[in-house]
Amino acid sequence: MNSILSSVLPAPKDPVLSVIFACRDDPSPVKLNLSAGTYRTEEGKPLVLDVVRRAEQQLANDLSRDKEYLPLNGLPEFNKLSTKLILGDDSPAVKENRVVTIQCLSGTGSLRVGAEFLATHNKERVIFVPDPTWGNHPRIFALAGLSVEYFRYYDPKSRGLDFKGMLEDLGAAPPGAIVVLQACGHNPTGVDPTFEQWEQIRRLVRSKCLLPFFDSAYQGFASGSLDSDAQAVRMFVADGGECLIAQSYAKNMGLYGERIGALTIVCTSEDVAKKVEDQVLLVVRPMYLTPPIHGASIVATILKNSDMYNDWTIELKGMADRIISMRQQLYEAIQARGTPGDWSHIIKHIGMFTFTGLSEEQVHLIAKEYHIYMTYDGRISMASLSSKTVPQLADAIHAVVTRIA
Amino acid sequence: MKTTDFSSSSSSDRRIGALLRHLTAGSDSDHLSSVYASPTSGVTGGSVFAHLVQAPEDPILGVTVAYNKDPSPVKLNLGVGAYRTEEGKPLVLNVVRKAEQQLINDRTRIKEYLPIVGLVEFNKLSAKLILGADSPAIRENRITTVECLSGTGSLRVGGEFLAKHYHQKTIYITQPTWGNHPKIFTLAGLTVKTYRYYDPATRGLNFQGLLEDLGAAPAGSIVLLHACAHNPTGVDPTIQQWEQIRQLMRSKGLMPFFDSAYQGFASGSLDTDAKPIRMFVADGGECLVAQSYAKNMGLYGERVGALSIVCKSADVAGRVESQLKLVIRPMYSSPPIHGASIVAVILRDKNLFNEWTLELKAMADRIISMRKQLFEALRTRGTPGDWSHIIKQIGMFTFTGLNPAQVSFMTKEYHIYMTSDGRISMAGLSSKTVPHLADAIHAVVTKAV
Repeated sequence: MNSILSSVLPAPKDPVLSVIFACRDDPSPVKLNLSAGTYRTEEGKPLVLDVVRRAEQQLANDLSRDKEYLPLNGLPEFNKLSTKLILGDDSPAVKENRVVTIQCLSGTGSLRVGAEFLATHNKERVIFVPDPTWGNHPRIFALAGLSVEYFRYYDPKSRGLDFKGMLEDLGAAPPGAIVVLQACGHNPTGVDPTFEQWEQIRRLVRSKCLLPFFDSAYQGFASGSLDSDAQAVRMFVADGGECLIAQSYAKNMGLYGERIGALTIVCTSEDVAKKVEDQVLLVVRPMYLTPPIHGASIVATILKNSDMYNDWTIELKGMADRIISMRQQLYEAIQARGTPGDWSHIIKHIGMFTFTGLSEEQVHLIAKEYHIYMTYDGRISMASLSSKTVPQLADAIHAVVTRIA
Repeated sequence: MKTTDFSSSSSSDRRIGALLRHLTAGSDSDHLSSVYASPTSGVTGGSVFAHLVQAPEDPILGVTVAYNKDPSPVKLNLGVGAYRTEEGKPLVLNVVRKAEQQLINDRTRIKEYLPIVGLVEFNKLSAKLILGADSPAIRENRITTVECLSGTGSLRVGGEFLAKHYHQKTIYITQPTWGNHPKIFTLAGLTVKTYRYYDPATRGLNFQGLLEDLGAAPAGSIVLLHACAHNPTGVDPTIQQWEQIRQLMRSKGLMPFFDSAYQGFASGSLDTDAKPIRMFVADGGECLVAQSYAKNMGLYGERVGALSIVCKSADVAGRVESQLKLVIRPMYSSPPIHGASIVAVILRDKNLFNEWTLELKAMADRIISMRKQLFEALRTRGTPGDWSHIIKQIGMFTFTGLNPAQVSFMTKEYHIYMTSDGRISMAGLSSKTVPHLADAIHAVVTKAV
């Protein structure tokens, strides 16, 4: 009997995973992995939030809880609380009942479900993503049935936002096109628009009738404030227009592996919202039927209890502050070494990641000689640094920058 | 402006085309051009979704919705396939609670992302569970197992993989089958056809029709097989019939895709319920298996399952796994940790595993007992007709043989809820409620509704 599957080709290597594997296989005792996007403590360890452990204990001790299927749209309490978290307590869109929120599998799942829905129902099937963007974005949207195009975003010269290019490219997009906007803590660059720039983006997007699809993976995790990090999203919602929002609790609640997030669709009326919800559920049911119960229950437990909620905001700010402190320390260490060049972008950038500005050649050299691993685009995860390892990284950057122009 | 085309055009386009056909078509899409925002106000005058039509209600969930609205104190929900105790309550297995406590108390546990393929220990244990610990396919390393979101997720990931990489894009499903099957495979990018399965005249298997239809399928076609406890009919092939099916399929190079949602839950024995699958794997050929822990471990809401693909060699299995990851990552990146951890704790611990098999057998036994009681109750009432199919069928569901009009009558007059195809969930019955159901069936049959 022949193998019917023998013609299957091996998949191309994933660039981020290759780096992780290379680091894993490196025997050096001083190796440092700055490639993966999960938070680490000062001791370099993963972190389960205290408030999360308490919530889990509470759930496990409640013998009245069962494991029945959730509704198709997920845990209702979780959905309501997630909407409030991203849109604010006083959002008119919520009061007018024109917001649909359904529980999805973290940010990725929310993006995929939203994109499949749009591929069926949106007039335009083209989606614009920033250049560069998270590596998985184009694949998610392509498999959902959308065609992916890019708008200029990062300016390598300034290591900041190419605002002019962004406005030009969005201005040239066809009406009805979908635009992915990272709400805060842009991955991979760390470059966010200013508040004033967001306002200009909003006006352009609305005047061109583009449909915003926010990817909100770092609310509270970027600046330390849940409200500040939601400002861009709320600005758009406040003008009464429509948008989609993918929310993730992976980073800000440290619930990475639980796969918990939400897709919110803000519509212009309650009637439209109801129809939208039913159509979105037609995407969910043939994908995985209903979402998983555990992560959503943890989030709901925390968000609905005002003490736990407060404790969470403190732990969240703790994580954000540590990352900001790493930025400060790295910048100062580079300054102290007199490394040539302008490194102020390290403290101007925000969120988990920074585009160092190192070339691919420099990145490879750092891995080879200094056993420090980052993705080939020069992106490092600040969350993986510590006061102890900042000097090691600063030395490495200094060395490769002075060796290779 | 950079443009990169990542689309694997044929399967995405096929999927979108299928989605457009399968959803009720919208109208007035040209209307959209008049509802765009005014440039100055920044406020959208209309909605880009205004043209959406109301989606049809899900037939199975619709039953529970109607049931919940019914104020009658004697109402009975026999619609949804979730186990209920004698007291009519959902059940969390004792062994599951133990496993969860163990996990919670282990302060070394973290919540990092699982690998794309899921919890590796869970994957290995799941493969062993379905194929048997001594399976040569496991020993020869020619299986790839990936954690997925229960049965549905496993079917969808497997379906998308096949749509992308397999040369035949048609999948044959039983007539009838679980309502979600056609949509899962259509959205995965496959073309769905049916093969004869249920014989309403005998309320059993239309074996002749099944062999004819599979015999006529183009070589290489994918065939969905319910491993045991067929949903919705409860009708399973005998072992001898399975052997004939296997021989036919292998001779035509048809690709088996097993849906195993009830291992251990149907007969009470994990090995017995896995026999058809193991039969196919033993002949050295390839197949796909979608496993669910929703029913047999009562982990419905945790969404735990696994997709196994049995290949001809370790090399092929490795390549297949690498391609499965490309299906999973753009869908949800990696699967959830909690349910898989519970399953792994139970399966790897001899004592917990044994306790599980006892609780599992108890659930299966209670369902079998409900079948006997219902059959007896109808016999006692002298209800006309042959009701032996109730005890011949196996698993959670029975196809009563009632027609939609009769089903409607039962709902209206007796407040008994089931899907309009006459399918009842035996797991929703109890000794207390069997008489009520028997009375209702008797009434509707003698009334000649």
